Amino acid sequence: MKNRMAPKRRRVLTLFLIFFLFLLSFASSLLFGQTPITAGEVWKSFSAFNDEATSHIVVQSDRLPRAVIATVVGASLAVAGTLMQALTKNPMASPSIFGINQGAIFFVVIGVVYLSLSSLVSLMGMAFLGAALAAAVVYVLGSLGRDGLTPVKIVLAGAAISALFQSYTQGILVLDEAGLQDVMFWLAGSVSGRTLDMLLPVLPFMVIAMITALLLGRAINLFITGDDIAKGMGQKTLLLKAVIGVIVVLLAGSSVAVVGAVGFIGLVIPHVARFFVGHDYRWVLPFSALLGAVLLVSADVLARLIIMPQEVPIGVMTALVGGPFFIYIARRGVSNL
Amino acid sequence: MSVEAKNLTFSYEKETVLRDLSIRVPEGEITVFIGANGCGKSTLLRTMARLIQPEKGAVLLSGKSISELKTKEIAKQLSILPQGPTAPEGLTVEQLVKQGRYPHQSWLKQWSPEDETMVENAMEAAAVTSFRNTPVDDLSGGQRQRAWIAMTLAQGADTLLLDEPTTYLDMAHQIDVLDLLHELNEQEGSTIVMVLHDINLACRYADHLVAMQGKSVFAQGRPEDIVTNDMVKQVFHMNCHIAADPIFDTPMVIPYGKGRKPYGAIAAAEAE
Repeated sequence: MKNRMAPKRRRVLTLFLIFFLFLLSFASSLLFGQTPITAGEVWKSFSAFNDEATSHIVVQSDRLPRAVIATVVGASLAVAGTLMQALTKNPMASPSIFGINQGAIFFVVIGVVYLSLSSLVSLMGMAFLGAALAAAVVYVLGSLGRDGLTPVKIVLAGAAISALFQSYTQGILVLDEAGLQDVMFWLAGSVSGRTLDMLLPVLPFMVIAMITALLLGRAINLFITGDDIAKGMGQKTLLLKAVIGVIVVLLAGSSVAVVGAVGFIGLVIPHVARFFVGHDYRWVLPFSALLGAVLLVSADVLARLIIMPQEVPIGVMTALVGGPFFIYIARRGVSNL
Repeated sequence: MSVEAKNLTFSYEKETVLRDLSIRVPEGEITVFIGANGCGKSTLLRTMARLIQPEKGAVLLSGKSISELKTKEIAKQLSILPQGPTAPEGLTVEQLVKQGRYPHQSWLKQWSPEDETMVENAMEAAAVTSFRNTPVDDLSGGQRQRAWIAMTLAQGADTLLLDEPTTYLDMAHQIDVLDLLHELNEQEGSTIVMVLHDINLACRYADHLVAMQGKSVFAQGRPEDIVTNDMVKQVFHMNCHIAADPIFDTPMVIPYGKGRKPYGAIAAAEAE
C-alpha cells in the first residue's frame, strides 16, 4: 500500500492504539452475549470464583475460552497470511492457498465417515494432519522443476490440490450424508463450544511458530525484493522458504484444527498492517498479529449479538467486519497511484 | 580481490549452456560480456555470482572456491544485480537501498551508523536521494535502475556484477547508467562485470571485452584488439562494417543483413 515511511514514534503509537482496541474487544467478549454480565461479575469470576453463580460459570467456561481462542487463532491466521503473501509475492495469497483448509476438512471427513472418530480432540488431530499433508504436497509440487519454488507454481499447485481435496470431500459426503452434520462445524468455522483444553495441545506449536515468525522480519524485508537479489545479498533463500512454509503450516494448521475454516483474516489483515507501516516486515508482522486478534475477537462478539439468540458463523462475521475495511483500503491505494 | 571462473560446465536439464569455460576478470577494470541470445553470457554471470551452481568447475574469489565460502561473506565482496529486478508495490527507494546492508547485519549487529552512511552515500552516488521516499514502482525506468544500482552500491562490495543493466531503458538512460558505472570504476576502482547487448556501447565502456560463442569464450581482450568483421560474423552471425567511433575512437560496428542492400563506397569495397 502507498504509505510514506512513517516515523517510528507514529508506529509505536499506532501499535498501542491497536493494543487498546484489542483489550476493548477482549473485554466486550467477556461482557456481552445472550445474557449480559456486568463488569463487576466478570471481575469476580476471576478473583472470587463461585461455582454456584451462573454468570461466573458462563464467563469462565464459555466466554473466556472463546476470547482466548479467538485471540490466538486470529493472530495466527493473520501472521500466516502475511507470510504467505511474502512467500508467494502475491497480494491475494492466504494460508488457504497451501490447500490447508481443504486438506483439514478432507481428513476430518475421513475421520468421521471411515474411522468413526467422534471426539473433538481426535478430529482436531485429523484436521491438523490433513492441513500439514496438503501443505507438504503443495510445497513439493510447487518446488518441482528447474527454478525451484516459484510463486506461480505454488498458486497453481495450491489451487489444484485444494480442488482435489474438495472434490474428494464432496464425493464422500454425497455417499454419506450423516457425515455432513459433523463436518459442518469445520466447514463454517466456529469458536463456540471450544474449551481451552482443545487449544492446549497445539498452543506450543503456535507459540514457537509465532515467535519465529516475528524474528523473520528483517530477512523477509530482503526476500520480497526477489530471489536473485536475496541470494546475491547472501540470504539462504531455500532455507527461508522452508522455514516460512513450516511456520504457516503450524499456525494455520493449528488454527483450522481448533476452530475450522475461518477465511478472510489471512487475506485482509496483511493489507491492513501494510497500510499502517508499509513494507517493513519487522513492523508488519506484529501489527498483523494484533490486528488479526482484534478482528477475530470482535467478529466473535458481533456474531453472538447480531441475530440473538442464534449465532452467525464466525467466518461470515470476519468477512462482514473485514470486508468494508478492505474495500476502503483498496480504494485508498488506488487513489494514491 | 580477483574473480576467476575455472572450467565451468553448466546445463539446463540436458542442454549444455557452458562447456569447460575459464575466464579471469581483470581487477579494477570494466569487463563486458557480449554474444548472441542464448550464448550463455547471463548464465556465466549468474554462475559467477553463485545464483546458480555449475555442474563442473568452480568460481574462485581471490583463489578460494565460492562453494567453500560463506554466502554472506561473498556478498561483502561481490554484488550482483540480476536482470529486470522488480520491487514489491509501494516499497520506497530508501527501503530498497537499505536492503543492500543485509550482508553486514546479524542478530547481534542490527542497524549501525556505518550502515546509515553507506546507504546515504550510495543514494548520493546513484543520484536517487531526492526521491528516497518515492515508491520504486512509481519511478521512470532509468531512475528505477539507478535505485537498484544504489542498493548494490550500499552493499559496499568492490566487485559488481550486472546482468543487462541497460535493458528496457531508452538511449539517454542507457548512457546515464553506464556513465554511473564508469564513474564508479574510475573513482572507487570498483571491478565491474556486466552483460550488454549493444556492442557499440560495450566497446565504448569496456576495458576488457569478452565475446561468447559456442558455450565458451570466443575472444577476449581490449575492444580495439578483438572486434573484427570475422569476430562479429562468428559471434552474431551478422555481416558488418567496422569503423572508429568518431567521438571515442572505439570500434563501432555497423551491421547489415540481407534485407536492405548496402550501397555506397564502403559496400562496394567490401563486396570485393
